[in-house]
Amino acid sequence: MMHQLNAGMTLAYRDVLKLLRDRGRLVATFVFPFIFIGILGGSLQSSYGQTGGMNLFDFVFTGILGQTLFQSAAIGIISLIEDRENDFSQEVFIAPISRYTIIMGKIAGEGLVALVQAVGILVFARILGVSISLPQLMRSVPAMVAVCLFGGAFGVLVLGSIRTQRAANMVFPFIMLPQFFLSGVFLPVDKQKPFLSALSQLSPMRYAVDLIRGTFYMGRADEAEAVLKSVPFNLGLMTVLFVVFLVIGTTRFVKQETER
Amino acid sequence: MPPIIQVEQLVKRYRKAEQNAVDGVSFTVAPDSFFALLGPNGAGKTTAISILTTTLTPTSGLVVVAGHDVVQDPDAVRRQLGIIFQKPSLDLNLSAEENVRLHAVLYGLYPWRPFYRLMPAAYRKQVDELAAVVGLTSAEMGQAVRTFSGGMKRKLEIVRSLIHRPRVLFLDEPTTGLDPASRRGLWEYLGQVRAQGGTTVFLTTHYLEEAEDADQICILNHGRVVSMGTAETIKGDLVQNWVRLDAADRDALAAELTALGRAYERDGEGLTVPVEAADVHALLRGIDTPLTRVTTHTPTLEEAYLEILERPA
Ligand SMILES: Nc1ncnc2c1ncn2[C@@H]1O[C@H](COP(=O)(O)OP(=O)(O)OP(=O)(O)O)[C@@H](O)[C@H]1O
Ligand SMILES: [Mg+2]
Repeated sequence: MMHQLNAGMTLAYRDVLKLLRDRGRLVATFVFPFIFIGILGGSLQSSYGQTGGMNLFDFVFTGILGQTLFQSAAIGIISLIEDRENDFSQEVFIAPISRYTIIMGKIAGEGLVALVQAVGILVFARILGVSISLPQLMRSVPAMVAVCLFGGAFGVLVLGSIRTQRAANMVFPFIMLPQFFLSGVFLPVDKQKPFLSALSQLSPMRYAVDLIRGTFYMGRADEAEAVLKSVPFNLGLMTVLFVVFLVIGTTRFVKQETER
Repeated sequence: MPPIIQVEQLVKRYRKAEQNAVDGVSFTVAPDSFFALLGPNGAGKTTAISILTTTLTPTSGLVVVAGHDVVQDPDAVRRQLGIIFQKPSLDLNLSAEENVRLHAVLYGLYPWRPFYRLMPAAYRKQVDELAAVVGLTSAEMGQAVRTFSGGMKRKLEIVRSLIHRPRVLFLDEPTTGLDPASRRGLWEYLGQVRAQGGTTVFLTTHYLEEAEDADQICILNHGRVVSMGTAETIKGDLVQNWVRLDAADRDALAAELTALGRAYERDGEGLTVPVEAADVHALLRGIDTPLTRVTTHTPTLEEAYLEILERPA
């Protein structure tokens, strides 16, 4: 058990080191949210204003936070294919550890990388005037961790049916982009067309974004307007989906690895 | 003693491939022995090793390693293995030592620590020792693998694979790209490992002199076993032993050989007489013509190997 934990940690640490040693990626990590929240949030604010007392800046900030964590964790999983293509995965797959340890280590690693990005978002949100209280932050951090794990498991599920890096680079945007609009990052889902609103139920990212909002808006006057479902509901659903994604994804990924 | 590796009618056809990469191979390997799998490029050696080490699923056949079926119980098999892959499998983003540390933790030898200095002293000592075996300096162990030359990467993979002591150590062309000093260092170290007992070495190589000492040699071609045995039996079955003789009076020598009932071939430089090694002395004693030259020929494994592969299938 301790062995599996150590193994998972060392695999996760590897992804964090990779980020820390890649200066360009590190800079991009911090600049991207700045552009995002600053420009998008700002322009939305000026065109929509305070819609029914709701602060769009807060709404977009929490949306971007949930979306970034989910997407970054999911897309980070692609590097499993990179490992396969430069044969490093052989070294990992030959090790006497559970296949789930390998995948969980990867999810944890990419989750940590995503959390580094979240720090960037939080800092810039503060600079741009979003007020974040300590209790809000305390509630959000576990939610953020949950979103990372969930996003990672989603990434593994998608990766389970992809063999090459090129295919992954094509498929992932195709799967992430619609969710971007369906999960209510910029606009409340329930204010969209009924058709889109219904479709958004199928987007896993929606629940991730909503969970982050749930913890951020908790107890505020505009909570009902900004948040769709309760924190326990989102968390429960995400847990179930996490297990399903993880099991199917891992099984399929391992199969691909050995059935050449 | 039951074999440590048992392979029966192993077949592998890659997805979308027209032919079997491994085509009905069977062999067994005795515990603690030195087994060499030889064959030309594309013969199926790496494919076979991949299946034996659980990283590739066989199409059919039975493979049992250290008492466990590789398909039914891959986890149990993996616990007994060490391997040097033919293709480098290092993480280029990490330093050399970090690659070794990752391996040591994955194999449960040491707890994980984020920094080298925090790792147990036993680990640090072992890394130093193994790096010395292949001639990597401790400064080099701290460098990013990205900056390594091909041979340095190879050395690092060797250090990494030797950090744990498996029951079966698979070496897929381990010395390719190594300089002679490191090559010798590796073989000396492997000799020590084997002398301590408990480790079976499973080697593939294109340097046939490395396989001369093997307890058992298996030669593959086009996915099939074309020869199996010790270096001696493989050579004995195939390669002709001969002696080349020459004398000032070549005609007299030829006549004498004919009288002795010996077959020979004559060319511009002398006579070649096929003769078993044990028989050479008797032959020479029977010749009265003064000889100006005697050359005995001891066949190498390489000659036998080339001859086997040239035979029509
Ligand atoms: N992933 C793959 N997909 C399809 N065919 C493959 C694959 N890997 C190997 N092969 C084929 O299987 C056969 C055996 O290859 P293998 O790598 O086992 O040879 P080898 O004996 O290790 O050769 P070498 O000495 O060059 O390393 C070859 O014909 C090769 O083309
Ligand atoms: Mg090979």
